[in-house]
Amino acid sequence: MNYIQIKNLSKSYPNVSALNNLNITIEKGNLFGILGPNGAGKTTLLKILSTLIAPDSGEVYLNKIDLIKKPREIRKLIGYVAQEIALDKILTGRELLDFQADLYHMEKSKKIERIEFLINQLDMIDWIDKQCGTYSGGMKRRIDLAAGLLHIPKVLILDEPTVGLDIESRNIIWELLESLKRDGMTIILSSHYLDEIDKLADNVVIIDGGKVIDQGTPFNLKSKLGGERISLKVQEFSNYEESEKLKEILLKIDGISEIVVNKSQGYSINFVADKGKDFLSKLKVELAFCKFEIFSLTQSQPSLDDVYLQATGKTLQDAEIMMAGKRDLKKESKQSMR
Amino acid sequence: MELQQYSPYFLFQETYALTKRLFIQLKRRPSTLFAGILQPIIWLFLFGALFSNAPKNFLPGVDSYGNFLGAGLIVFTAFSGALNSGLPLMFDREFGFLNRLLVAPLSSRLSIVLSSFLYITILSFVQSLVIMFISFLLGYGFPNIFGLGIVFATLILLVLFVTSISLCLAFVLPGHIELIALIFVINLPLLFSSTALAPISFMPNWLGWIASINPLTFAIEPIRTAYASQINLDLVALNAPYGDLTCRNCISLLFILTITSLLAIRPLLNKKLN
Repeated sequence: MNYIQIKNLSKSYPNVSALNNLNITIEKGNLFGILGPNGAGKTTLLKILSTLIAPDSGEVYLNKIDLIKKPREIRKLIGYVAQEIALDKILTGRELLDFQADLYHMEKSKKIERIEFLINQLDMIDWIDKQCGTYSGGMKRRIDLAAGLLHIPKVLILDEPTVGLDIESRNIIWELLESLKRDGMTIILSSHYLDEIDKLADNVVIIDGGKVIDQGTPFNLKSKLGGERISLKVQEFSNYEESEKLKEILLKIDGISEIVVNKSQGYSINFVADKGKDFLSKLKVELAFCKFEIFSLTQSQPSLDDVYLQATGKTLQDAEIMMAGKRDLKKESKQSMR
Repeated sequence: MELQQYSPYFLFQETYALTKRLFIQLKRRPSTLFAGILQPIIWLFLFGALFSNAPKNFLPGVDSYGNFLGAGLIVFTAFSGALNSGLPLMFDREFGFLNRLLVAPLSSRLSIVLSSFLYITILSFVQSLVIMFISFLLGYGFPNIFGLGIVFATLILLVLFVTSISLCLAFVLPGHIELIALIFVINLPLLFSSTALAPISFMPNWLGWIASINPLTFAIEPIRTAYASQINLDLVALNAPYGDLTCRNCISLLFILTITSLLAIRPLLNKKLN
């Protein structure tokens, strides 16, 4: 059942196209992952879904309710946990939850009961009555998550909830998300952590430059890549010239395809070898002829990064680095301010 | 959990929560409350002392300069507080806390504005009462019940007028630095170009004109009248260059300004909040 339908969604900021004709469907009770590098359009998409910004064009339906025409109806159904944790540092965690509950018009008895439940569920009892300004990153994220869950939303929208968190907080959040999924909550989770999406998501969409690169279950996306993923190094840290020479050598070998230089792994060469074909003996000969020795040759199962790599020709990490130079975060922050 | 259906109670519930948050902030960080009281008191002492040896009756209708100054300082306190009222909203915008409010199914997003009005009005009343009490201890008198009514009615109008402008600026300006800079620039000049510190008869013609169209003057003169022993709304309160204004005229002008500013900012608030 298509619980959330996103049709031809586009959004632009001055000089930047954040979303470009996006089409996504999300099923009820799914944990839906949105994967992409920083600047891919993930936050813009989630802000539209949480009614914070309006798209330039396109339609969004949640449980058949038109999000653009009836935002207030949608707000009752969603919980939104933003990428930047915005707490009032003067309030205690309990006061913040109480404040949030009043904004959702919860009855007093239900409010108290629900706050106590979340304090226990997210293990916040030791510090909930301290002011939010004293909290660590993990504590802030937990209280932020509790605020998003307070009114038991039908859809929980999380924008990179585990960025910069310690392992304990990250595990608590992962366990919570799995338990919410078991309870039937629809969860939309954006992340640029591949392992997080791979572990948690039922379905995933990979977006880049505001466009859908691919979508499906993590298993299907990885399976359809085919071949064996090989990573080759002739030195621990190689360089651009060397990697280009290696690329030329590999291009001559039958059964090898999708050759990509992975800068973030010391200019290693990633490629796909056809299953069952003996490429290794030929590779050794060609490398020896050019006076190269194999430093490492590793085979791995396809990952979501490989899916991204195949679609865009760059790894997620390289895309992050490229975007880091292009983005003006101050300008983006001003644009997102009302 | 099913949320309750819409009811006017929701507007009360969310406005109460938003106002309570501002008062919790004030309770834990009371410096703005104390500074708002301390500053006019220091002015009262220093300005009162500055003119203590001035000839008797150099000011029309009052015994001492402190007596004259009281009304101006009450208005200045409320004015400064209201002018700063946009700051919490600006910080909420900058730190993303406003998004928390905008994602919630508020019955009306006007509750965000309403809570600011309520907070600043109550704060101004408290600060004004303290200043009035200290003025009384210094021998500068105290208005009677009718006079108190005039003081608070005037303050409500002024606070609504200035708060609406400040909230508008909090949405229009890019950040809190710009807002603080603007507050810094307009705060004292507006005080000096009003009748807070001196009557119009003491001013050069050009300044007299400015003072007589300054909204602070329209608030100061009715309060000054409220401090007079015999209160009559139709007595002349201001000898403006364009003609005499009664206490009633001043309050009416302030009322018109307030309604105009509230109507003027409405489209902007609707655009920013919806």
